[in-house]
Parts: sequence; structure tokens; C-alpha cells
Amino acid sequence: MIPVQFDYVRATSLNDALKTLAGGDGTKVIAGGHSLIPLLRFRLAQPAKLLDIAGIKELSGISEYKRGLRIGAATTYRDILDSALVRDRYQVMMDATSGIGDVQVRNRGTIGGGVAHADPAADMPGVLLALGASFNLRSKRGKRVVAARDFFQGTFATALAEDELLIDMVVPPLPRGGASAYVSIEQAASGYALAGAAVVVKCSRKTVTECSLALTGLSDRAFLAEAAAKLLVGTKADPDTLQRVGAAAVEGIEITGDIHAPAEYRRHLAAVVVGRAIRAAIDRV
Amino acid sequence: MSTLFGSSIKRREDPRLITGKGTFVDDVSLAGMVYAGILRSPYAHAKIKKIDATAARGLSGVLAVYTGADLTDALIPVPCAWNLPNADLKLPPHPHLAVEKVRYVGDGVAMVIAESRAIVRDALDLIDVDYEPLKAVVNPEAALKPGAPVLHADVAGNQAFKWVVAGGDADGAFAKAEVKVALTIKQNRLLPTAMEPRAAVASYNAGTGQLTLWATSQNPHIHRFLCSVMLKLPEHRVRIISPDVGGGFGSKIPAYADEALVAFASMKLGRPVKWTEDRSENYKATIHGRDHVQYVELCGTKAGQITGIRTTVYAGLGAYASTAGPGVPTILHGLMYSGAYTIPNIHGTIYGAYTTTTPVDAYRGAGRPEATYLIERLVDTFARELGADPVEVRRKNFIPQDKFPYTVATGITYDSGNYEGTLDKALGMLDYKGFRAEQAKALKQGRFLGVGVCTYTEICGLGPSQVAGAIGFGGGLYDSAIVRVYPTGMVRVYIGTKPHGQGEETTFAQIVADEFGYPVESVEIVSGDTDNTPQGWGTYGSRTTAVGGTAVKIAAQRVKEKAKKLAAHLLEANERDLEWKDGKFMVRGSPDKAKGFAELALMANVAWNMPAGLEPGLEATAFFDPSNFVYPFGAHLCTVEVDAETGQVKILRYIAVDDCGNVINPMIVDGQVHGGVIQGIGEALQEIAIYDDDGQLLTGTMMDYAVPKASQMPHLELARTVTPSPVNPMGVKGVGETGTIAAAATVVNAVCDALAPLGIRHIDKPLTPATVWAAIQRAKGGAA
Repeated sequence: MIPVQFDYVRATSLNDALKTLAGGDGTKVIAGGHSLIPLLRFRLAQPAKLLDIAGIKELSGISEYKRGLRIGAATTYRDILDSALVRDRYQVMMDATSGIGDVQVRNRGTIGGGVAHADPAADMPGVLLALGASFNLRSKRGKRVVAARDFFQGTFATALAEDELLIDMVVPPLPRGGASAYVSIEQAASGYALAGAAVVVKCSRKTVTECSLALTGLSDRAFLAEAAAKLLVGTKADPDTLQRVGAAAVEGIEITGDIHAPAEYRRHLAAVVVGRAIRAAIDRV
Repeated sequence: MSTLFGSSIKRREDPRLITGKGTFVDDVSLAGMVYAGILRSPYAHAKIKKIDATAARGLSGVLAVYTGADLTDALIPVPCAWNLPNADLKLPPHPHLAVEKVRYVGDGVAMVIAESRAIVRDALDLIDVDYEPLKAVVNPEAALKPGAPVLHADVAGNQAFKWVVAGGDADGAFAKAEVKVALTIKQNRLLPTAMEPRAAVASYNAGTGQLTLWATSQNPHIHRFLCSVMLKLPEHRVRIISPDVGGGFGSKIPAYADEALVAFASMKLGRPVKWTEDRSENYKATIHGRDHVQYVELCGTKAGQITGIRTTVYAGLGAYASTAGPGVPTILHGLMYSGAYTIPNIHGTIYGAYTTTTPVDAYRGAGRPEATYLIERLVDTFARELGADPVEVRRKNFIPQDKFPYTVATGITYDSGNYEGTLDKALGMLDYKGFRAEQAKALKQGRFLGVGVCTYTEICGLGPSQVAGAIGFGGGLYDSAIVRVYPTGMVRVYIGTKPHGQGEETTFAQIVADEFGYPVESVEIVSGDTDNTPQGWGTYGSRTTAVGGTAVKIAAQRVKEKAKKLAAHLLEANERDLEWKDGKFMVRGSPDKAKGFAELALMANVAWNMPAGLEPGLEATAFFDPSNFVYPFGAHLCTVEVDAETGQVKILRYIAVDDCGNVINPMIVDGQVHGGVIQGIGEALQEIAIYDDDGQLLTGTMMDYAVPKASQMPHLELARTVTPSPVNPMGVKGVGETGTIAAAATVVNAVCDALAPLGIRHIDKPLTPATVWAAIQRAKGGAA
């Protein structure tokens, strides 16, 4: 469990970090280290250099932004759980964050680190997709904004270029009077989702008028289930509708099967968590 | 006067252990120490065509690279120490590093010695091994089928042994039985996962010819003997030191290749050498547990009387026979086929199979959970077949309280028991009738509640030594203690057992302090160093208190008898006129004429005024060999709700009523039951080591192997009854394994009870959500 030899640089400023990344010499970014260090110890990742961004102040913190949120990439899960803004407005993020790892992991792990790692069973990508978040990326070459739906591109694969750093995530406000929820069934050993569903809904007199739905844990990446979400709109989320929405959510998706959950079971769980997440969100409206 | 025996004083070792002040093997650091690492096979079964270590040897800081060829003359192969008789046992050689062939993923191929751990790790990557992969076989039943890949040239068909247990006439009983039930059971392979992995530090002094080996050991004297054999060193020049040990669960009983390799390197290089396992290495290179395929049947009368049990069991031994490997699925398993019941006719055939997997040996319960589980699942299945209450069927077949000592059909004699007592107490705690009503009501709402019962008994407190000899166990099963009293009256006790988490630094001190009228602080318990502890056989098989604790008690009594002689002399009284009261010997009727124990300790140690014929000093040694094993027992109950939509099992209540005889420290006994039950629940619900068909371990890290977490486990409700054992003077039995032995059957019985309305009769452990869901789909006629 000893990594190969690497250089370690602690960035003193954002500019300093971007300069190091521009060097293009096999540099990996590290913040909380909870995704990267196990890979290093197994020698599955063998970077020449680690760039530690945990000390860059402007990368962490949660602030109100355009009636929504701006969450710095190096914000820890603990900071999210302690944030009144998140607690008051984004139950879906509270649900997911409180179930990430254990206390020690939440104290050190960062939202940006998890997102950039893009584990196909991580909770947060699904949450950010359902919330319609967009990600600010920056490199020495310039800035760009990538929508969550374009960011996650496969197992451990994202839109981030080699020299780019994830700066923050911008989360728009929930629809007025809307509510949200995240429900997952966890793999007993890792705690990662066998199936997880993040839902944002708005209702008018018990009828769903808006819905955003994203799933995780089921395939090579978290994904938005837009067609399924549309099926819910205009209904009262009765059991039959939930069943249809759940089935539609994974239509055309190549479902993962492994020793913990065969694909058929995961497909079934997807429908279960979709239904439960929708019910939980509606109950919060 | 109040006694410490029976008192829940806090564990004295804990402040040290939980504040980082323990000394574990990896904490040992010696001047000039270098590090070892083992290159392990990535193939389950392959020919080694060539090993090229040139680049590794050339790396700066590398002292040596050894391969199997370097060892064949220097080392005796790793021995198996359980020479199971009457079983046609085949023990092929187990080289310390593979020669010609590797036989499991994790089999050692080369050893690197270097100046730092980091250099060792880099050098391992530089060794180039040319393998020719061969077919793997991971299932013990499949390994015995014709055409299966053969692991060892001299073991045809991979059959390590065929062992039979028989009593009465099982075939006759089945032929005329009114009711028969049968099950096929897979005993999931488990990873012991002690918190501390294995480690070793070897230091050979060429001047004295003395090897000192710090090792993570549950039984340092056994390791001393086996190391002396493997290393061809005289036994008196081998010293094993097993300091604080962070759990074992059986995995630190065996002699492994690695510890001997480290010693070999130290002897070769003249430097101290340290080796410490990674967790992922631990999962490949340290023994696994269970791994049976069982075909089992039970027969009985329509009235619910059990008349026979028959089994055919395929037990996986892994690639080589580990130290106790052949004894676990036979002696410790088949002899327990009567369970808590009067079953007159028993027949079991156990096949041991070599498979291309990590060796399998004793894991908490070791053979007995696999027996209890099959019996308790069969009894439940029998009750269901009869339409009878599983509790009542058990009651009808219990060995009655007035029949002990009771000899069962397999030939062993249970020492004492009151099975009705624990069952009644557990049922009362649950309100069994009330739960049955709640269950029926819930079912009408489409909710699946279940209750599981397990009434177990188990064999532990291993000894006696005479039996050990008869069953082929390569050692004795007595144990030992030296009680040494210092001039100031302080006491050190040197023991032959090796506690590694069980709390005997506390409980053994309670025994001795009581004897001398002392506070517990005046007594220290010393274990683990073969240079200062008497010959003993270690800590496993829930034997430490029943056997080793008794030796402590007897040694303390001998010391006290000597002190009494001295007291009589100093008080100028007749020994017969002395009485022991309030920590003093006093002349009966003259309370002012008294000598306290500390004063006697001083007088004995300075020896200014000893009576004729009494030697100076105050210490005694005792070796205790019990006349029989001990048989703790109990009734565990658990209620569950199964979420039929997801297959998730939620334990609602878990009740354990155990009887381990007299109890020295109730809090420590509760702790043992807690740990055991949690491990059993882990086995029932989520733990399984999975190999794919190529022999790759798919659960090679804790991201995939689901050791129970606190947040996943239920609250446990514990109670006890007390039925003393007649085989030792304190009337104690073992309790380290009872929880594990009972819990898996309890939980699976509960889940099967919950799902019985769907027509589900049996689901194999572990009952993961995916497994339970698939069973429900099958029952509903679905596709899964």
C-alpha cells in the first residue's frame, strides 16, 4: 500500500495552481484525498506530481449566488452539512451528503474532489444533475462553464481537461414552492449507491407541475432522466405512475451488474428509489 | 467479604489499548532493521516458467531477493499440525515460496529484503515472473469431480481426506421415518478481518544462535515449536514474543510461510527484518473461514421427534492444509451433529478438498457454526413440514436437564445443560406469542415479519490432552500459569494462553486477587513471551478461561497454601487452627493474631524465619488438564422485517440468552457475546468472500467485503442463566464463540420464517438484499 514516488506541491494561490497544472507533466489534483489516495496506494494511479489545492481559500465555501448557491470545489461535506443555506433550500443535498462515507470522510472529503473523480456510484453527481447545476472550470487558457449534464462522461471520466481545475459549482434556486429529496440503497461494504435517485418537484394542488430527476449507481455515470420526469408532470404521483416513471427512468440505459447487485436487481431498485424519492420530495412540498 | 469474581470491573487493558499506548508487533523497531515484502501470485493456478529478479536486485537499497529455489534446502515446508486419523489424510508439501507452481492468488513467489518499506514495494514491481496459467477450481465439491484441475501431483482428485462420523443406525432411521426433510446449504467463505493484520519482526543473533521472533500470535508456544521445525533450529534457541495483538478470530493460530521467511532472512543477512501485511494482502495471504457445501437431511416422527440426521459435506481447505485445517470441518464440526437434542442416529461424511484458493482454517466458532447452522435450519424445516411451532419441536427434542452428563450419538459427553431454561427466558423477553400475533396482523397488510430461534450448544474449552492425541491434534490441550509474589506482595502471573482482546488481563487478575484478598491493581497478567511464560497451548476454541484460568486459580491456591504454612509458623499456631478472613490468616478465636498476605510475601521472600522443610520464595506453577470439554449453550431469538420490494432485512430485536456457567466478569462476557453475535449477523446478512471461476478474489478489499459497521447492526438484548460446569473447579465454560455459533442460524431462521408465506423454504447466506429479492422473485414465479 505504498504509492510510487511522486512530487508534492501545495498551491499558494489559484493562479499558482493553474500555472502548475499548465505544466502538463502528469499532475493530479488533490484536496481531501478520499478518492485519490486509495488509488495511489494500490498504484492504480501513478501521477508524477500531486498538486494540493486544499489551502486555496477561494476554492472553499458556500455562498448565496443569483438566489441559488455557489459551492467552492474544495468545500468539505462537513461544510455542506453545516450550511444553513443548504439545509433550508436543498434537502436533496442534505440527504445525500449525510450518507457519504463516515464522519471522518465527511470531515475531509470535498464535493469538488468527488465530482471530479466521477465514480459512477457516487451520490453527489446525481444531486447536481437533478438541481441543474453548472460547473465553472478554469485553466491558464481561460474560463468556461459546463453544465452538469455535459460534465459527467463515463466511469472516472469528465469534461475536465488535463490543465483545468474545477473552481465551483453554481446551483440554481429550486422552483418557488418546490421540494427535493435523495434516496439510495447502499452497497453494504462501500456505502456507495447500488441505485440512487435525486428528485426536485413542484406541485400545485397535489398535482406535479415540474420535475427534475437524476439517477446514480446504475451505469457508467450519473444521468438525468428527463423523459421519465415528464411522465410525472400532470399526475398526482399515484403508485401506477411512479412505477411507470421508475421504469422509464432506466429505459435504454446499460445497467451495471456485479457481485453486489445483478443488473436485473439494479434495474428494479432504480424504480424503487425513484418512487421513494418522488414521494419523499412531494411530502416535503 | 465481597469478591471480584462475578464483578463487572472495567477492562484494565483498555486505557492502554484505546489511547495508542499498546505495543503491537509493528511498533517494534530495532537498530539496523530492514524490511521484507512478499511478491504474491496474481494467478490462482499457474506454472512458474521463469523468475527474473535482476532489476529488483539492482535497485539501490535492496539487500536480497529470495525465491522458492533458494529455500528448498534451508527450510522444512510449512507443516499442518492436525493429523486427522482414520481419514486417509493427504498432506502435500507446502513450500514457503512457490516452487514450479502457484496454487492460489496470494501464494508467495518471491521475498524482497530492502532498507525501507518503499524500496521493498518498488522492488516487488521489478520482479518479472513468467507464468503459464492453469485452470482454477474454487468450489470444494467441484474440486473432487473427475476432470477437475489437480493442484498437487501426489493428491489424486484433490481429496485431502474423507472422514466419517456415525452413531446409531442413520440409514435404518431414514428408511422407516414418517417425515424427512433435506436442504442444500452453502456455508459462505469468510475473511476473519482482525483489526491488526499479521506482522513479524525477526532478529537472529549469530553469536548466541538465538532467534527472537515478534509475531502476531494467538499461541506463541505452538509457533515456537513450528518455527523451530521449519527453520531447523533447536527449540530452546527460538523465542516468540507476541505482544499486544489486535484480534485474531482464529487467523493468528496457524503457522504461515511469511513469519518463517522473515526469520530465514534475518539469519541469512544478520539484520533484524520486519514484515507487516497490508489489508488487501491480509485478505489473500491470511486464512479464510467456513466454505462448505452441505447436503443435509433430517428424519423424524409426525409427532415431532427427531430420529436421525445424515450429511454429506464438501469442505474447502484451500490450496494447502493449514495448521488446524483438517480438524475444523471434522472433529470440531461432525461431532456436534446432535446439537442440543437427543438424536439417536447420526451419520456424516465429510470430504476435504484442495481448491485454488487461500487456505481455510479456524475462524471464530470453527466448524461449530457450520454444524449448528445446518442442525437449526433442519429443525426449522422439519417444524415447517409438520406445521408445528419451531419452538415446540425444539422443546420436544431437548436433552433433558436431569440427563447430564449426556453422551450423544457421536460419542462425546456434554458436561451440563439446562436448555429449557435459556429458551424459556428468551421467549419471555420477546413475548413470543405476542409477536406471532403481530406477525399475522402484519402479513394481512402485506408486510413480512419473522421470528428466528436457535437453541445451540457447542464444544469448547479445548482440552483434554489425551483426546487431543487421539484426534491427531499435534499438541497438548492443557494449560499453565506461574503465580509469582514479589517481596512487596505485588503479584505477576505468567500464563501459557495468549489473550488478544478477550480481557484476561482483567478476569485472571480477578481470580488471583480474590484468592489473596487483594485489590485487582496488585496483580499483573503476563502473556506472549515464550522465554518467561510456561509451556501452554494458546488462546482459541474458547479455552482460555476454562483451561488457562483454572491453571491460574490452582497456582494461586498453591501459593496461598504455602503462605498459610508460613503464617502458622510465624503465629506459632497449628495450621489447622488458622482461618482466612478479610485478607488475613488468623488464629481462630484470636483476631489479633493474624498475618496479612503482603506481610507473608515479604517474610517468604526474605526467608529470615522459615519453618523447617519450607523453601524460600513465594510462587507456584500449575498445569491444568481438564477431564472433559465444556459445553456452553443458549437460546437466541431474533425478529426481522423483510422489505419485499428491495429484499432488505431489518433486524427488529435480537435477544441472546446464554449459559456459560459461572461468570467472572459479566461485562466482559457481554462484550464477548456482542462481538460474537455481530460477527454472526455479518455472516448471515452481508459477509462473503467471492472468487470468480478463474480463482480471482473479487472481494479483495473492504470496499467489497462487508464487515459489519456499527450503524448496520441492531441493539442486542442479553441475558444469562447459570449452569456451572463440573469439569473445572470454577464451574466456568467458554463464551468467546457462542455468539457467532448462534447468530447466523437465528437470523436466517427469522428471514425464512418471514418469507414462508411466499413458499420460500431456504435462502443461502449471506442474505443480501439482492439475494433475498431474487428468492422472492423466484417464489412469485418471476424471472430472477
